[in-house]
Amino acid sequence: MSTPERIALLCGLFAAAMAIAQEGPNLGIEATAEQVAGWSINIQPDGTGLPPGSGTAADGAAVYAAQCVACHGQEGVGGPNDRLVGGHGTIASDSPVRTVGSYWPYATTVFDYVRRSMPILRPQSLSDDEVYAVTAYLLELNGIIAEGDVMNAATLPQVEMPNAGNFEWAYTED
Amino acid sequence: MNDDPALEAVAGNGLLHRRLFLRGSVAAGLTFMTAKTATAAPPDVPASMLVPGAGMSGYGLRSPHEDHVQRGFGSLPGTVGTGASRTPLEHLEGIITPGALHFERHHNGIPDIDPAGHRLLIHGLVERPLIFDLDSLSRYPLVSKLQFIECSGNSGANNAAEPPNVSAGTIHGLVSNSQWTGVPLSILLDEAGVQSEGRWILAEGSDAAGMSRSVPMTKALDDAIVAIYQNGEHLRPGNGYPMRLFLPGWEGNMSVKWLRRIEVTAGPTMTKDETSKYSDLMPDGRSLLFTFPMEVKSVITSPSGTNAMQGPGLYQISGIAWSGAGRVGRVEISADDGESWAEAALDDPVLPMSLTRFRLPWRWDGGPAVLQSRAVDETGAAQPTRTAMLAGRGSAYRYHYHAIQSWAVTESGEVSNVYS
Repeated sequence: MSTPERIALLCGLFAAAMAIAQEGPNLGIEATAEQVAGWSINIQPDGTGLPPGSGTAADGAAVYAAQCVACHGQEGVGGPNDRLVGGHGTIASDSPVRTVGSYWPYATTVFDYVRRSMPILRPQSLSDDEVYAVTAYLLELNGIIAEGDVMNAATLPQVEMPNAGNFEWAYTED
Repeated sequence: MNDDPALEAVAGNGLLHRRLFLRGSVAAGLTFMTAKTATAAPPDVPASMLVPGAGMSGYGLRSPHEDHVQRGFGSLPGTVGTGASRTPLEHLEGIITPGALHFERHHNGIPDIDPAGHRLLIHGLVERPLIFDLDSLSRYPLVSKLQFIECSGNSGANNAAEPPNVSAGTIHGLVSNSQWTGVPLSILLDEAGVQSEGRWILAEGSDAAGMSRSVPMTKALDDAIVAIYQNGEHLRPGNGYPMRLFLPGWEGNMSVKWLRRIEVTAGPTMTKDETSKYSDLMPDGRSLLFTFPMEVKSVITSPSGTNAMQGPGLYQISGIAWSGAGRVGRVEISADDGESWAEAALDDPVLPMSLTRFRLPWRWDGGPAVLQSRAVDETGAAQPTRTAMLAGRGSAYRYHYHAIQSWAVTESGEVSNVYS
């Protein structure tokens, strides 16, 4: 089936689902662009949603030392919470070490997650520049980018994560 | 041999026919595993008859004698609310999980949300981005579903090389069953006007983790609801007050609590909790994303791990079964480590994607036994043995453990977790 045919079929299925659904009272209030922008914090793998700003690993080392090291250890190893660095080459072994570098498939996920939820006692307290910087630091510690590489909305989605090719979907789209 | 045909064994090591208890003919012979009490037995008059009872209250509490029935819970180092609490399955009967004992899995604590200030934003690939509040959602057509939620990490304790000697709830208590009432998400998406390229949604909570998961549009339009009520009352704070996404049969973390935002997207967002966590690592290094439905599963809750039998005699084996694919078709029980099996009776109602209660009489002769249950759902999917399930999985596959549970009964009446 061609892509247009599949989309047409899908739309037909959606229409059928709508037809049997109950009607709502239309009580939603239309959101303004400003309201949507204030809440829309997710970053897609292609970089959609990344804000202005930038940072390097050198900048990120300072952020990490101040905000992250207590839970995640020096250079991302040895803390009481998730290990963030290393483990390369272990994923297919009997003792896989899943870190940002060895396991995570998308660099954009690091930015998204750090910005929305870290540090765990003060989520959303870092500036976008600080999030870019600490993301760069973690990628640099894992040997994925160079020390001087600038991470920003253009460069971060271009970062190829070492384990990205080992993920496959268990779910099949219609 | 007993003259009563219903008392004849239907499988090895004392399993009796599932209709035995329904006839009620052997009630006098039943041995219950309840605690003995020495007070108020005949001929003494119970003290409760000699003084007026307590007054009423606006919101009820259980008997203080039941205060030992608690969820076990734990949190990551340096946090108080990043972890899970587990339903004490071995203390419960029927299929409804009381709200106060429903399992919880939080990624950074339980937010304190005033419903008057809470909003749900639906935006992205839609014609009209819309904002709803609790009052407006309460005017929408509501639907009720008696269905389970199970964390995909449930039963992961049995991945350990040696079986942990703990209770059924400690191993399997990340599953609970409630009547969820809410607004079909399809209605809200219809009002927003989903564009043709909108194939997924991102659901996001207003907790300190900003918990977020991607959900295919087909599921969002099929049976997803924005749940407002749990067992007739508004959601518990630990289960998403004032509103949560509810996705019947799918791994629990996707039913995003404290729901504040739904963005219609072309593809999945690839959030932390659908890539680095809740993905399934196989021994060859490949990982599966989006293993959404929870598999067919069952566990005997009585007798179960850490219980003590009360001496040889007649018992009722009782447990729960469920499947993310639909109704439970049948449950079989073995008392001889899987050598022979007998079909259990299923309590009504048997509902799709709901816990289902099963029962079977068992005459324990005082000898060693291994009790097992295996469920088959209406699609024909059968619960595997632990060995079969782990074959090909490797040691790093953390989620979706759904193998047959084995409880060993010793001659002294101790019940414990074993691997068969």
